[in-house]
Amino acid sequence: MARIYIFKRFERFWHWAQAALIMFMLATGFEIHGSYALIGWEKAADLHTTAAWTLIGLWLFAIFWHFTTGEWKQYIPTSKNVVAVMNYYSVGIFSGAPHPFRATQMSKHNPLQRLAYLMVKLFINPLIWVSGLAYLYYNELAATKIAAIAGLQLGTIALVHTAAAFMMLAFLIGHLYLATTGHTPLAHIKAMITGWEAVEADQPAASLVNESGR
Amino acid sequence: MRTGIFIAAVMASMLLVSAVHAASDPASEKLLKSTSDHTKFKALQQEFNSGPEVTKACLSCHTEAAKQIHRTQHWKWEYTSPEGQLLGKKNVINNFCTSVASNEAACNSCHVGYGWIDDKFDFTSEVNVDCLVCHDTTGNYRKPAGLAGHVVTKAMEFPPGSGKIVNPINLKKIAQAVAKTSRDTCGACHFFGGGGDGVKHGDMDSSLAAPDKALDVHMDATGLNFACATCHMTEGHQVPGSRYAPTAQDKGDAHVRGKERKTNPTTCQSCHGQGPHKKNAKLNDHTDKVACQTCHIPSYARGGVATKLGWDWSTAGQMGPDGKPLTRKDAKGNVIYTAAKGDFVLGEHVVPEYLWFNGKVRYTLQRDPVEKSNYPTRINRFEGRAGDGKSLIWPVKIMRGKQAYDPVNKTLAVLHMAGNDDTAFWTNFNWERAVAAGMASVGTPFSGKVDFVTTESTWPITHMVAPAKDALRCNACHSSNGRLERVRGIYIPGRVSDHAIWLDTAGWAIAVLTLLGTLGHGIGRFIASKRKK
Repeated sequence: MARIYIFKRFERFWHWAQAALIMFMLATGFEIHGSYALIGWEKAADLHTTAAWTLIGLWLFAIFWHFTTGEWKQYIPTSKNVVAVMNYYSVGIFSGAPHPFRATQMSKHNPLQRLAYLMVKLFINPLIWVSGLAYLYYNELAATKIAAIAGLQLGTIALVHTAAAFMMLAFLIGHLYLATTGHTPLAHIKAMITGWEAVEADQPAASLVNESGR
Repeated sequence: MRTGIFIAAVMASMLLVSAVHAASDPASEKLLKSTSDHTKFKALQQEFNSGPEVTKACLSCHTEAAKQIHRTQHWKWEYTSPEGQLLGKKNVINNFCTSVASNEAACNSCHVGYGWIDDKFDFTSEVNVDCLVCHDTTGNYRKPAGLAGHVVTKAMEFPPGSGKIVNPINLKKIAQAVAKTSRDTCGACHFFGGGGDGVKHGDMDSSLAAPDKALDVHMDATGLNFACATCHMTEGHQVPGSRYAPTAQDKGDAHVRGKERKTNPTTCQSCHGQGPHKKNAKLNDHTDKVACQTCHIPSYARGGVATKLGWDWSTAGQMGPDGKPLTRKDAKGNVIYTAAKGDFVLGEHVVPEYLWFNGKVRYTLQRDPVEKSNYPTRINRFEGRAGDGKSLIWPVKIMRGKQAYDPVNKTLAVLHMAGNDDTAFWTNFNWERAVAAGMASVGTPFSGKVDFVTTESTWPITHMVAPAKDALRCNACHSSNGRLERVRGIYIPGRVSDHAIWLDTAGWAIAVLTLLGTLGHGIGRFIASKRKK
């Protein structure tokens, strides 16, 4: 087994801070929505707003980081090997077949991850961000003509925000599970904490991936 | 250097001494705010035998006062609404003591005049204006019910033959002590609307004569100590802020000197402006939908005086085993039944009901058609709806009653209740005769039959403003089955009835299915790995 350093310090910080904030915001968000009562509506709304601003700040840093380091290229989608990876998760994983993808520093995400994370970054996150800010600043929005023209009611904004939250929840559940599918259940999680991923030095699939990552 | 410090110290001590001296100057302590001492006026240094005599003396200096009063609702008891309805105490029927007509001698002890005993009262008379009822400071001024607003200056038996002696009042002393109005003078009538302490409004009762901060943050007797007129800022005797012409939504800024004051000075915004919440600005986002009163008056009748929430006239007239009119009290000693008035429902610390209100109120007047049905007749109806740009969510008291009506002509009944005659209900407990006399007094045809109809009347809740720390918290409304559960037309985060059921169902279903899918996959992996071993 060889070890490669694939998650840099900022990336790890960003990932775990985002993870904590998203889980916290899901918990407080669904309380604001009225799905249950946990810490009280007032506290939930207050903390949800504070967490939102924190997350927005974090995102701004992360976007800056992605572009200055060129890491954004990690999310360029590829159709190559998608079928092979899907086959692995639906069949091969049960028979102990090797993962058809091998992470490298240049290409740390398998084709399915690329697609999933790109969806989160380009669709779910912006949807949450925009609808959340519209929710927070509904009064200001309503005072402009934008709301009237778009026919935007608070209920509509809340609906979009809630729908986006459900998407994030579904993503979170899937993501948490897939994090356990490394060569040991904790391998991926360890990598995300330390930055070091253990890989089999003579993995045959390695050559495939290096092509797809470029 | 040292000399400099010494001189400075001496000068400072001199300043200090002079400051102490100024504070203890007896002349500055006695400074009167008024420019006149009424005990010194010749016109008031006489014995008065009646109210009008006092008024005559008042008018000898305050030449325009009576003419000003003549133009007020306090005098006319009449108001024409923007919708063209002829309202005012003189004309409306409510579901408390129902109506003034035919009961003037009793009801009009609260008129700012003397002698309004029937519909022939002279509303142009200046000496019949009652100055003292509003300007008394002694607390001794009394206008006993039954005397049509007159006062008693010689001991008399009243009602005649009752054996009860009404003591005279000293008009000279009262007249010499007049000053601005107070919570006591306004309260002498307004605390007792509907026939008793706190009965009608719920947010006004005798506890407001000297309230503490928790009961009313503005009128707090040891704090801000507002008089009624601090908000009901009166000029030329024209008192603003009548509920007949309410301001449901004030979009103006706080009134400041130098700006002409054209809008209602009794609104919260006229002092607090549009963005009063400094610590939590999100609260200001509510003010375009929610009246200040909704959060800041968490409940009414908080001062220890119960208000009436229900009044069933149809059960009136029961006699006890001794043949005398029956009275029943609840465990607390509050009267919940009298033969004269029927059954009452009382309440303290009452949570208001809430509705959209745009400031327009439509009344069911005496000649308007009334239908007996499953739905109560609305004595008055607060108009308004979400999204009309004029309505706010207001707290109200809904008074639920059952009162007499003419089932043939289908009109609300005018009831002759009080009087020393053989038709008054409180004397002989005969509905038909009492209603016949009442209807005759307003010239409405009466079929001779009396039945009872359920009614509702709506009263704005706007007094008894609590301190900020006692205002409603978010979850009072941001919850299911919260205070605003029945208020529709607005999305309230946290209220389940606002949810799009399809979205919540689909959202949770997808989340659960994802979870089950991953669990299934995980179990499969676990079994596969065991087999391999």
